[in-house]
Amino acid sequence: MFTLISIELYKIFRKWRTYIGFIAIGILVPIIHIAMIYEGKNTIDFMTRNIQQSFIFVGNLLNTYLISYIVLNSLTVHIPFLITLVGGDLLAGEATAGTYRLMLTRPITREKFVTAKFIAGVIYTNLLIFWLALMSLVVGYFIFGVGELLIIRGDMIIIFEKEDILWRFVGAYGYASLGMTVVASLSFLFSSLVENAIGPIVSTMAVIIVFVIISAINVDLLQSIKPYLFTNYISSWQLFFDQPVDFNEILKSIGILILHILIFFGATLIIFRRKDILT
Amino acid sequence: MKSVNSELVIEIKNLSKSFKNLIAVDNLNINVFQGDVFGFLGPNGAGKSTTIRMLLTLIKPNKGSIKIFGKDLFKERLSILRNIGAIVEKPDFYGYLPAIKNLEIVSKISGHDISKKRIMEVLELVGLAERYKSKVKTFSHGMKQRLGIAQALLHNPDLIILDEPTTGLDPMGMKEIRDLIIHLSRDLKKTIFLSSHILYEVEQVANRMIIIYKGTARVEGNVKDLLNATNLAVTFEVNDSEKAKDILNETRWKEKLKNVSGQKLEFNIENHEIASLNKYFVEYGVDVYSIIPTRSLEEYFLKITQETN
Repeated sequence: MFTLISIELYKIFRKWRTYIGFIAIGILVPIIHIAMIYEGKNTIDFMTRNIQQSFIFVGNLLNTYLISYIVLNSLTVHIPFLITLVGGDLLAGEATAGTYRLMLTRPITREKFVTAKFIAGVIYTNLLIFWLALMSLVVGYFIFGVGELLIIRGDMIIIFEKEDILWRFVGAYGYASLGMTVVASLSFLFSSLVENAIGPIVSTMAVIIVFVIISAINVDLLQSIKPYLFTNYISSWQLFFDQPVDFNEILKSIGILILHILIFFGATLIIFRRKDILT
Repeated sequence: MKSVNSELVIEIKNLSKSFKNLIAVDNLNINVFQGDVFGFLGPNGAGKSTTIRMLLTLIKPNKGSIKIFGKDLFKERLSILRNIGAIVEKPDFYGYLPAIKNLEIVSKISGHDISKKRIMEVLELVGLAERYKSKVKTFSHGMKQRLGIAQALLHNPDLIILDEPTTGLDPMGMKEIRDLIIHLSRDLKKTIFLSSHILYEVEQVANRMIIIYKGTARVEGNVKDLLNATNLAVTFEVNDSEKAKDILNETRWKEKLKNVSGQKLEFNIENHEIASLNKYFVEYGVDVYSIIPTRSLEEYFLKITQETN
């Protein structure tokens, strides 16, 4: 299995499309940093406009934590797109290239082949989120330093002491990795159904966008569906920035995400075991 | 050329596969013996590739059984595949990787310990040693075909399955592949299952063959026997077909005359009779411009192909 995973990782990282995500984050996050150098003060003023009359803010509110928090909010749609670029190509790419014939006529089981690909996809996903964390937290640290984190949660403004923040980001990025693994699993499932990577990329994004829109519309009927939409739990990394943190709710969300991963991966395994390789 | 050994390497029984309403393979039975170069002939769409895909577990049959090396293919898939090398249709590789990396990937999952030296040996054998670092996407079709053969031979398998290995090759390339097949069979004692739609190709290298059409077997047997058993259809082009017909009257040739078309007379005769008939025409003052032999097996094959078209 280790050999298969290393082969799949080698194949992933020898493809140009793999680096699109890393490059996009490598460009996007510094742009946010630059924008915040010039516009950061205005952003904080806007966030605190309602309470500036009552409170005086001191210290470094424009810091790497605030920027990382803003960057984390891109997880709903933007980062999933970068994940599906690779996830959607994992199986469909082999079908397009005709290389199923090269791999599956060897003495390896289809289950091992699919599992190795899936694990390689999960590793890519986690590396991308790690890269996102590195770019936003570490690069931001050198530009803005650390300080208190001011965030708006619902109708509340919460300010965290700087000593109480880093662990929350570790938890949030860890949770984000899990959430993005669900996206990778879904694109992987779609990838097993078709012979072209475009289909899985578009389908996964369509599902995410539809789910996000349904979640956002404040109608009772649609709100009753919301708990069953996995996108609802992808953004639950924000639970790490509650005061106090509801760990039970986090564990429940983690359980739901893992369940989705298992369902998507299980379905892929079943489909691929039965699949006739015609490409 | 009879089977070299009576030990069955491939035993296909009542194999069937359909895709929705299309019957691709219908109740097919094939036996391939150790040391055979087995020609698997049929026009495009006859079910050759579907059969080969089933032999390699890429497709699951609806019915029937396949035994390879005496083992049930679908129960002992891994141990069987460990000893098979194959090209299925056009050989495809990871174009963004160099040739040697493609072979390294294949070698790592082949179930054998394959050294870099061995990889270079097979690249040398197929004439790609100098291009081992080149990305496969820069290769011509012929080079990919040769790389396909290299990956099939890499782990020194006992059974080699080649699906139309000369497709897209120039005449020199086709000859090289045929020579390689003969070398593999004669010198290295490999069993070869060769799919093709070119009768001539199979004739050159195979000892046994089967022709399939619309998924069912039509002709099966020893290549030499099949070719000898079938009379030659020979067309004589002469200067005066009427005169030729006249002089054939009252001779044994008359009943062998099949057809007259313009200045062409078509006979059903055996190989050794061609010279006698030619001599007969010349003696009686009929000029022979050309003699074109066509085996009836070839005609039969062409007929199948034409029906398909």
